[in-house]
Amino acid sequence: MTSTTTSTSAPEPARRPARRSARDLPPWPVALLACIGVVLFALPLVGLVARAPWTGLWTHLSSRFVVDAAVLSVVSSIAAAAVAALVGVPLAWVLARVSFPGRSAIRALVTLPMVLPPVVGGAALLFALGRRGVVGGPLHDATGLLLPYSIWGVILANAFVATPLVILTVEGALRNLDRRYEHAAATLGASRLRVLWRVTLPMIGPALGVAVVVAWARALGEFGATVTFAGSLGGRTQTLPLAVFVALESNRDAAVAISLVLVALSLGLLISLRDRWWPSR
Amino acid sequence: MNTDAMSTTASGLEADIRLRRGEFELDVSLSVEAGETAALLGPNGAGKSTIVAAVAGLLPLNGGSVRLAGSVLDDPAAGVFVPPEGRRIGVVFQDQVLFRHLNALDNVAFGLTSRGMRRALARERAQDWLDAMDLGDLGHRRPRALSGGQRQRVALARALACEPDLLVADEPLGSLDVTARNRLRRNLAAHLSSGRNGGSASPAARRHGAGGVPRLLITHDPTDAFVLADHVHILENGRLTQSGTPDELRRAPATAYAADLSGINLVRGTARDGEITVADDDPTPSPTGRRPAVVLHAADTSMFGAVLATIHPRAIALHRERPSGSPRNVWRTTAEAVEPLGDITRVLLGSPLPLTADITPGAAHELLIRPGTTLWVSVKATEVDLAPDSRD
Repeated sequence: MTSTTTSTSAPEPARRPARRSARDLPPWPVALLACIGVVLFALPLVGLVARAPWTGLWTHLSSRFVVDAAVLSVVSSIAAAAVAALVGVPLAWVLARVSFPGRSAIRALVTLPMVLPPVVGGAALLFALGRRGVVGGPLHDATGLLLPYSIWGVILANAFVATPLVILTVEGALRNLDRRYEHAAATLGASRLRVLWRVTLPMIGPALGVAVVVAWARALGEFGATVTFAGSLGGRTQTLPLAVFVALESNRDAAVAISLVLVALSLGLLISLRDRWWPSR
Repeated sequence: MNTDAMSTTASGLEADIRLRRGEFELDVSLSVEAGETAALLGPNGAGKSTIVAAVAGLLPLNGGSVRLAGSVLDDPAAGVFVPPEGRRIGVVFQDQVLFRHLNALDNVAFGLTSRGMRRALARERAQDWLDAMDLGDLGHRRPRALSGGQRQRVALARALACEPDLLVADEPLGSLDVTARNRLRRNLAAHLSSGRNGGSASPAARRHGAGGVPRLLITHDPTDAFVLADHVHILENGRLTQSGTPDELRRAPATAYAADLSGINLVRGTARDGEITVADDDPTPSPTGRRPAVVLHAADTSMFGAVLATIHPRAIALHRERPSGSPRNVWRTTAEAVEPLGDITRVLLGSPLPLTADITPGAAHELLIRPGTTLWVSVKATEVDLAPDSRD
């Protein structure tokens, strides 16, 4: 009795999982191209790790040249992320909530730095805010303030490329937020600013968090706009990515050491983002 | 005319709402007096939620006006518009719309702090409200960790905590399952305690109720409207097609939709093993001194205690002679009124159980029904639907 049941029912469970897993397997061209993609991304990392001066790593990382760049990078990227949030969130709110003529044009303008080559962005900043720039000239004459080749220039260049990421992410989150939460708050007597502060921002909190972290990461890795607008002055405007570029000419081991730090930092960031925010949304 | 409106509803709601949204046009005039519950009953897409938005100030009028407690809240002709945060209107939104980043206590306290109360005091008040809603020890929970019925009570507490001049409830029972729905309907009835069922309100509800305030209930469910409201306004396609007391609507529905909704028979009673002893709502003593209790048989034998039985008017069969066969519920009565309503003829039945029966005009003709005609009524036990009673 038992043996007959098992023998007749045995093919059933065996066939079903087989069919299901067969459907999950990709067609071979897809599998091949996907594998090539993985190799494309893995190979540079392998090269970096293979070339790493593991024994002298700490000596390289604690050299004056690297420490200065690291401090400048951390300070300027955090400041740039703060500027991006401060300017980007209100801009996103306006783009998401107010309909006015030219809204699409404004949106295109403020997200332009995402597609623009950073070098072009840096050059444009220089023409506007440089010593002989349209705004920079009169500004320098009046106050003596000179943005290029200073930490302010680094922050500005970083914020220029990082802010669009905040704008796009936050605008999307605002559009997805059910307006009725804000309506409910208004009927409870909350002023519009209180609604924004106590309801809207907390409710888009996860998206806002992702936006700011991504903006910070973008600022930390920024190269083109920074080198064009602020130059690469050691101890003043030379951030970690610029230090890598310079070190490649003079001290390859140091360049690899810094690169490893940046890779570790980026990987850690992506993993923490994945754990904290992606599954809950 | 304006002075008229002002004087009759000094503390009530007087709304003359004219709104256009694309193709859809809304033109509705209704007034709700202080202490009265009005229900706005209509199918989906009739414009119910638009009326909520207009009254609450979330959608400015194109024409007409909204007045509450003697002051003008919206009057485009006069250039007056008070934004929602400036109106004292408590709204219980469809699906509650509780702030999911705040716990239940802070949800209830939100309106109080928004109106300038210190946070500690606001939390104290909010706790009182949660206590009154039997949610006293759930204040620390986020909405996600509450059941549908609990969320609904938090939403009601949040709306009432600000002591509004008007309470608007948009489908307050809409998203709940049947059991929670019936339990909450009782709770709502207590908190909406008007003169009519004020006696049933708990002491907490009397202290924490919406007693003297006008109340507007938005629903698509005739049971909610007829059980909870003093006045029912029927909204179809952006217009009010009929207004009246539940009884007036039952006797003379003006449209097919109204006829369909208002004919539903609601009978309160006590259930035991599928037998429902019907509560005697009629205070007039019968000639014999005591009325015989009416017992209904229902197919559902699982329910005990206070129940609300619903019987569809088309499920009631009328006969000239005592019917033979299987129907479990058979009794003799008289026709009190006969209303031809087009495709159906509505017969209002008298003692011992006043029910509404809808039959075809042909059948009415065949049975020679006139007011006073003696009839036999039969209802199959499977047509008697039971739910726990919503009232204490």
